[in-house]
Amino acid sequence: MRIEVRFSDRGLDGRAAGLADKLSRRLAVDIGVAVVDVFLSSAPVSVDRARFVLADPVAQTVAVDRPAASEPDLDGWSWLVEVAYRPGVTDTLAITAREALALDSGQSAPNLASARQYLLYGPLDRDAAGSCAALVHNPLIQTAVLISAADWRSGARPPASYPEPAVHDKPEPELLPVGRMGDDELLALSRDRLLALSLDELGAVRAWYADPATATARAERGLPPDATDVEIEMIAQTWSEHCKHKIFNADITYEEPGSPPQTISSLFKTYIRATTERLAPRKPFLRSVFTDNAGVVAFHQGSLLCVKAETHNSPSALDPYGGAITGIVGVNRDVLGTGLGAKPIFNTNVLCFAPPDTPEPEVPAGLLKPRDVLEGVHRGIVDGGNQSGIPTAAGAFLFDESYLGKPLVFCGTGGIMPETVGGKPSWEKAARPGHLAVMIGGRIGKDGIHGATFSSLALDEASPVSAVQIGDPIIQRRMTDFLLEARDLYLYRSITDNGAGGLSSSLGEMAESSGGVLIDLDACPLKYPGLSPWEILVSESQERMSLAVDPADWDAFRELAVRRGVEATVVGRFTDSGYIEILANGALAGLLSLDFLHHGLPVMSLPARWSPSGRPSSFPQPANDWTEALLSILAEPNAASKEPWVRQYDHEVQARSVEKPMTGVRRDAPSDGAVLRLDADTFRGITVTHGICPRYGDDDTALMARMAVDEAYRAHIALGGDPERAACLDNFCWPDPVESDANPDGAFKAAQLVRACRGLQDACLAYGLPLVSGKDSMKNDARAGGRVISVRPTLLVTLMGAMDDVRKAPSTDFLGPGELVYVLGSTGGELGCTLFERTRGPDARYGGAPDVDLGKALGLYKALARAVSGRIARSCHDCSDGGLAAALAESCLGGRVGLEAELGGLPGTWRTAGCPDPAPAALFSESGGRFVVSIRPEDRERFEETLSGHTVRWIGRTTADPGFTLTLDGRAVVRTDLDALERAFKTPIGGHGGGRI
Amino acid sequence: MSINAIIVTGYGINADAELADAFKMAGAVPRRAHAADLLADPAQLASCSILAFPGGFSFGDHLGSGLVLANLFRSRMAAELKAFVAGGGLVLGICNGFQTLVKAGFLPDLDGNGQPSVALVHNDHGRFVDDWVGVRFEPASRCVWTAGLEPRLLPIRHGEGRFVADDATLGRLEANGLVALRYDGRNPNGSVHDIAGICDPTGRILGLMPHPEASIHPDTHPARRRPGRQLLGLDLFRAAVRWLEANNPA
Repeated sequence: MRIEVRFSDRGLDGRAAGLADKLSRRLAVDIGVAVVDVFLSSAPVSVDRARFVLADPVAQTVAVDRPAASEPDLDGWSWLVEVAYRPGVTDTLAITAREALALDSGQSAPNLASARQYLLYGPLDRDAAGSCAALVHNPLIQTAVLISAADWRSGARPPASYPEPAVHDKPEPELLPVGRMGDDELLALSRDRLLALSLDELGAVRAWYADPATATARAERGLPPDATDVEIEMIAQTWSEHCKHKIFNADITYEEPGSPPQTISSLFKTYIRATTERLAPRKPFLRSVFTDNAGVVAFHQGSLLCVKAETHNSPSALDPYGGAITGIVGVNRDVLGTGLGAKPIFNTNVLCFAPPDTPEPEVPAGLLKPRDVLEGVHRGIVDGGNQSGIPTAAGAFLFDESYLGKPLVFCGTGGIMPETVGGKPSWEKAARPGHLAVMIGGRIGKDGIHGATFSSLALDEASPVSAVQIGDPIIQRRMTDFLLEARDLYLYRSITDNGAGGLSSSLGEMAESSGGVLIDLDACPLKYPGLSPWEILVSESQERMSLAVDPADWDAFRELAVRRGVEATVVGRFTDSGYIEILANGALAGLLSLDFLHHGLPVMSLPARWSPSGRPSSFPQPANDWTEALLSILAEPNAASKEPWVRQYDHEVQARSVEKPMTGVRRDAPSDGAVLRLDADTFRGITVTHGICPRYGDDDTALMARMAVDEAYRAHIALGGDPERAACLDNFCWPDPVESDANPDGAFKAAQLVRACRGLQDACLAYGLPLVSGKDSMKNDARAGGRVISVRPTLLVTLMGAMDDVRKAPSTDFLGPGELVYVLGSTGGELGCTLFERTRGPDARYGGAPDVDLGKALGLYKALARAVSGRIARSCHDCSDGGLAAALAESCLGGRVGLEAELGGLPGTWRTAGCPDPAPAALFSESGGRFVVSIRPEDRERFEETLSGHTVRWIGRTTADPGFTLTLDGRAVVRTDLDALERAFKTPIGGHGGGRI
Repeated sequence: MSINAIIVTGYGINADAELADAFKMAGAVPRRAHAADLLADPAQLASCSILAFPGGFSFGDHLGSGLVLANLFRSRMAAELKAFVAGGGLVLGICNGFQTLVKAGFLPDLDGNGQPSVALVHNDHGRFVDDWVGVRFEPASRCVWTAGLEPRLLPIRHGEGRFVADDATLGRLEANGLVALRYDGRNPNGSVHDIAGICDPTGRILGLMPHPEASIHPDTHPARRRPGRQLLGLDLFRAAVRWLEANNPA
């Protein structure tokens, strides 16, 4: 039967209004929308019950088997679109409706499926209606039925039921004679099963199966010498680039002109881990680094903090909404699975898209339009973060043509946990032989099969549907509440999340501490029958954690889970057998030695060849007035206000938010990052900041990395953070750096990777910033429409730092008229790769990228930190995109004050860089290490004394008059006012900034 | 004699920890109780004088904000809750908690029959919004939570905060002093009469969309660096505790 729920008065449905607004804009014709929620039930539900349980008692009406589309008050629609999920895709609405019916009646509820019907009003032909349908569903996970009003009158109706996943008979494991396969057969196997393994790796697998010792061990347990598909899939997931970071652990031969080749054995060990190890003796706050799901630090007594960032690029390219949600809830689980479990206290997101106004002909067939990707990802972040009750504290949007193939969706989370749990250090955990292997949370389905290997390949037209999963924040929220309760009762001994690779990865990793695990696939709870054993093992169905529970605690654990409505199942037992043993259909279906699984992967060899960029260097044409240039920069999507988008993120939940994403008198100016309180009864807090500057990599990725670290650390200082207590994460998103016929410049991309690692190390060592966790995504290329679109090499640095008194946090906005404005740090003349260059047309090339003098900068930062701590520096803003002029404009907008400033005395080499007109360098250079700071006139002496010996220059003062005038040697080079600055800064991104609020 | 507050948690409620902090800072003794445990043992109410429903996304708001939780409380605890209020207990619903109280028929309950009579629907612009907005408290309201409070900024964050009611209901709410607070200046969601919160005829049940529990520290106020003392949401909890101290001398 069909239950339909809708608002009795169409005018009350804000969702419909928002959608009508969007469709009207996109199709440039006035469209009205009515929304009807549909539930298809396998058994009768009375209207009274449905009205009570499924609808708002006052504002909505419910009808059973009586279509709303025929009701007189909805008359006049021209098209009906009904959207339902494809078989096997998680239908959260139906799950909740079922639970609501069950809770209401105390009995089990009928099977339900949900659908959503859109009645479209307006003069729409079939094509236009089809375009509307395309904007309200994603064909990857949903189906849409389109019915015209005329057809409706002739009796056309949406389906009475939607298909359920096909149920197969109990599938048996398949045997694969890997030990006897030739190279071609192996490669074909890898391709057909989406294993993403190289011939070297396949060879190692073959050799293991061909080893007589393996055959003997198998025979003893009644297994044939041939591999089972269960084993091969587990090996492929465990050995995927996603899980094993083969490129970061490769042996790299690095060449550059004029130097002998150099061998680097593991970028990770050489540049990442070594950095932290060298800093560790003077960074006593480090607790657990690189070993767990997230890095753990002790910034404040009594509690530990952890932080992690992930990317979810490939899924977001296919299903922007689901991809982004899953990215968030996935990284939340990383934190939840760190140590014995941390409570997430903030989310971050840094999103890289192609410009939303990219002309359609430039978007290759098979790829989603940038605007749809932006809107979908954004909506995913809104739902994923908000519904989880975790504040979205900080983030950024970047726009660049190279993200047309794959968007980059960086999702980060920080968490807090007590120092001890059950009297033991909370950051340590171990499964022991005899512990139960327990899975909690959602059930296993076909969603997300092969996510780990899929993300290790380029995106193409044949990318699999099943690789996409959809997270449900609410199921996870309930699981989180339960877990934190169980943690405090010390009811489990180890925990990790089920992310990439599913149970094969989580239990496979946990088995390392006990020495083995027996996994019983027959015990795993399934969403629907018919999954092959290997699918159960590698499925990435969401909202699941794996735990080790002492059998003595199992009854208490299970009882609490039942009370909290969380499903908990024993799916195996940890052993010390040295093997992963897998049972399916009552028999042994897999036997893999731990040693082979975790250490049998051959080390990759990778050539890396660097050649300097030799960016053409020209100079901007001299001009008398640079006002328009500044306004163009402020209006450029990378600099323009993201307020309409950011306002849809909840950044206040948990009541921690001291420095918010938007700041100033009218809360519409950008801040440099987040400051969060940690607890209600102290003033202790943390800073959260980012550094990301992919454009600089056009010149040299080493500069890009140095500048990214500088940007993150500088923002930490600008927010009032402690210079000595901060830790960083590195997230690399690279185009494929493995040279091949299909990827001829792979060795150059590998060299870019090497140089980025060096830049990262240099800056982190100079600033004393240990790297505590990180992640890399190495195949950010798309092949579509006969083109390869690769992302610019992109490094995101996420910083979490300590702050002892959040009350002292400055912000970016000037506090009032009459303040003295200073520029700290020296200004160089490089204009290459800057936002200024980007706004000067596609052919503008101004040479090399900006840099920073790390040693000088550090001294300045420490001195500024003293001025902030002494409450002398009243406002503080870092100079980044758009340079000094953009930073000054933002600080003025925040404070709603004008400015008169003279830039002739700016310290630095900007005048001597050779540009015939020195103004652009003074205004728009993006040299690192610089701030705009304002102080009260009476603090001048104290301020200059605190900063003495460092590069500091007083440039002007704020005014009550709204004029904004920057002079150079007495000549006005920018002359405008707050209104003009505001108009430029609030230029809607992609024509319309996320809609009106 | 301490003033005990029970904060409902679980099922996707997510602003319970800071709400407990708010009550603690106001001088009450908060205890977080999972909704399942409370519904299984409603007698727990006897141990407290405040029952609070925090914000969040109970049951994901999949069927409409607060709806599933509302039905649970309506079908399993309505009588106990009524007796609790009749005995002088205070009830608070913030955001999702407000939606829950309204859909359960606990608020405004003009006729005392527990029938829902008003609604909170999707914001008129169809989007979730996070901001700080001006709020003023009705001097004529009989609400004990908001008595004597001056206007101030409070944080909002919701997608379904548009208060609607038919004219007759609206007239009765206004005439009886049941509108406790309104948006002051900008109306962020299209609520009729700028209504941001209402109380029941006893004045002891308050539901509101703004989040006073997210404004309990001066340093999280958006004007934290600007001159003058910023008024906080904390005052609302203090008002409730003061009222209980004066009216429940036991």
